[in-house]
Amino acid sequence: MRLELKHIHKHFGAVHANDDICLTIESGTIHGLLGENGAGKSTLMKILSGFIRRDAGEILLDGGAVAFKNPAEAIRAGVGMLHQDPLDFPPLTVLDDFLLGREDGFIQKRARALADLEKFSRQFGFDLAPDALVSALTVGERQQLEIMRLLSLGAKILIFDEPTTGISLPQKIKLFETLRLLAQQGMTIIFVTHKLQDAEDLCGKVTVLRLGKVTGEVTCPFTADQLVRLMFGQSLETRARATVALGEPVLELRDVCVADYRLRLPEINLQVRSGEVIGLAGIEGSGQRLFLRACAGLDQPVTGEIQLGGARMNRRPYREFLERGAVYLPAGRLEEGLVPGLNLTEHFILAKRSTEFFVNWPAAQTCAQTRIQEYSIRGVPTSRVEALSGGNQQRALLALLQPGLKLILLEHPTRGLDIESTMWVWSQLLERRTRGTAILFASADLDEILEYSDRILVFSGGRVARALNAKETSAHQLGELIAGKGMEIRD
Amino acid sequence: MTEDTITSRNRANIVGDFLWTIGPILLALLLTTLALIAIGADPAKAYATMWNGAFGSAEKLSSVMDAWVPLVFCSVGLFITFTAGLWNIGIEGQMVMGAIFATWVARTFDLPAEILLPLIFVGGALGGALWALFAGALKVYGRVHEIFGGLGLNFVAMGVALYLIIGPWKRAGIASTSGTEPFRPAAWLPNFPGMSVGPIEIILAIIALILVYLALRGTLWGLQLKAIGKNIRSAFWLGIPTSRYMLGAFALCGTFAGLAGAEQAVGVWARLIPSISGGYGYLSILVVLLSGFRAPLVPLVAFFFAAVTKGSIALPLDLQIDSALGGVLQGMIVLLFVLSQGVRSKFR
Repeated sequence: MRLELKHIHKHFGAVHANDDICLTIESGTIHGLLGENGAGKSTLMKILSGFIRRDAGEILLDGGAVAFKNPAEAIRAGVGMLHQDPLDFPPLTVLDDFLLGREDGFIQKRARALADLEKFSRQFGFDLAPDALVSALTVGERQQLEIMRLLSLGAKILIFDEPTTGISLPQKIKLFETLRLLAQQGMTIIFVTHKLQDAEDLCGKVTVLRLGKVTGEVTCPFTADQLVRLMFGQSLETRARATVALGEPVLELRDVCVADYRLRLPEINLQVRSGEVIGLAGIEGSGQRLFLRACAGLDQPVTGEIQLGGARMNRRPYREFLERGAVYLPAGRLEEGLVPGLNLTEHFILAKRSTEFFVNWPAAQTCAQTRIQEYSIRGVPTSRVEALSGGNQQRALLALLQPGLKLILLEHPTRGLDIESTMWVWSQLLERRTRGTAILFASADLDEILEYSDRILVFSGGRVARALNAKETSAHQLGELIAGKGMEIRD
Repeated sequence: MTEDTITSRNRANIVGDFLWTIGPILLALLLTTLALIAIGADPAKAYATMWNGAFGSAEKLSSVMDAWVPLVFCSVGLFITFTAGLWNIGIEGQMVMGAIFATWVARTFDLPAEILLPLIFVGGALGGALWALFAGALKVYGRVHEIFGGLGLNFVAMGVALYLIIGPWKRAGIASTSGTEPFRPAAWLPNFPGMSVGPIEIILAIIALILVYLALRGTLWGLQLKAIGKNIRSAFWLGIPTSRYMLGAFALCGTFAGLAGAEQAVGVWARLIPSISGGYGYLSILVVLLSGFRAPLVPLVAFFFAAVTKGSIALPLDLQIDSALGGVLQGMIVLLFVLSQGVRSKFR
């Protein structure tokens, strides 16, 4: 199905998120949509798939104009979208989830759906048990389910919004295979990403967005440098990393066991010293979050002892952890970090944890302005946090951290961020580290783990391997450990 | 964006706000009028009767103020719980409990008015706060939603009031649901001559409104409460003691509800009656909603609701129309206002 977008405009308040975007995509191709955070990629794709309405412009499918009022209309016309965070139903089984959205009458036709599911699974080599719970699947498997579901609903154009964040390398290879197969079958694939490598590996043609506008379109073969210039207006270079002398132990875990209703990680022993960076590697949901939350005092360990700066912290309230300089930065920025509905100034006041009774609004406003500049947040003191893009929300979260912290625990610190924001986030963290802050972070990105960690903890199959020295570890070794190979020997 | 467009935008907003508020009110009047025509009543007469019922004489106006005072007190309290994201439906029962505590103080201590009256109000505040803390504790520790907990406690409070009136506090010789023995004169709130309302309660209500308005806007506490209301998980992450603050919000709201209950007991009835709360707790939820959570509008909105409530009392006497018409009008206005807000936000 041939797709044309003509002069699409979309405003959110004062922000011109899509500014006169024109785009043509031929059927049977994989078309990349590249841009940094807040470039307007997701907005454009949500307009195309019926999630939000455009202010102006035209959408043509095979030459015919369409206007979708909702995603159901879009899928009926053949446009389906896979969201960055899969919009599926974790409490349902695979088959139930697959059945959703089908319009084949009032009575569920489970046998037919099951046959469909098996047909697609065979076709793409997916292996999902129909009666497994969606919540038990990995993000990669949930994508597979969503692909099959959209295809069964008659999708001819498939939009993938940042599909490679949060999935492992083997899953990514599998995903790319699937996408190529789909394109061969005549599907139109739109691949939204901020990762140059992915665009290079996969896309025949790439359109680059920047600040809501199309800045260029390149056809294969193209170079990464070309793309970077289109994305940022300049080339970026990685900075050499400074070595930091490690100091006193800040965090100490002795035979700590953390658990929730589905996972139990026994006997973790770890000593983290001031200035040290430790990466938590592993497939998502292998216990990294449990571990980080326990270290931050947000969850209680089942057994064992957690010490901060030499003081036993078991059963101590979260605020005592804060007072001792241990802070956790959650991955769900708007769910468990920022307060939608409050503006930046209000966040800075709250994070300061001051004891003053009256708020000095003018001073707070000025202070917020300084922070916004320091942390290059694209916004003003009165901007509400939910109106910021993901990258700017992450900047805001980092700006909320007080000076002089002993320990920062981060969950996916750069998830969904473009290269520029990613480098900026790490420059901030490394800068704190030179002043003695220890950093523990979980990431699905092996390169990130290898590049920034001193030591690496691998989470796999319900266990945690003894910390590895990052300098002596290769991506290959790490990948194997994550996949569960060699965990027994190291344990 | 230039300064000019900002101000013109603000102006458009103010006009928009006004239209989106006045529109549903007019529509509610229209629908109520249609309802009146449908039952064969003369709408003009009905509205005239309501108007006279509310403003026909100084006495009637003073009875409107009798309703205005508790409405303002309760709305003030509700601003606190709404800010914290809590639906304190239990406010009705907190008012009753305030009246019960106030009655106990009035019946127990034989003191001069200058000491007894403040003591009565302190007692009322305490009763309301304690009852609200029950709802709060159920929510925070028992995971009972405050709407269900509050509703349940309302029935309990009214049961307690009734028990006291026909039981331990019954009038000498007769047990009657008409109320307890009137309080001793020292426990009567001084009124304007010939009226049932006095200056003290009006001034107290206005002071309470101003204080809470300023505290919610200008203090760190107000901001923290707002953060809890918008996203409790993030608020906790930011280090705000969420449980304690929610309990505090309940207690404060209950304090104001308790003051309203005490005021009804010593200012209007001079005794405890079973329906002492008069539905003003529930009605104040509508007042806050119709004010669009803007405290400066509360005195006006409360006055309007008080006038409609008192004005409709005359309807059955003069026109054989049920006084529920007032409730219909109030409910219609709030419903349509909330609806218009929803519609507006959808197209924004």
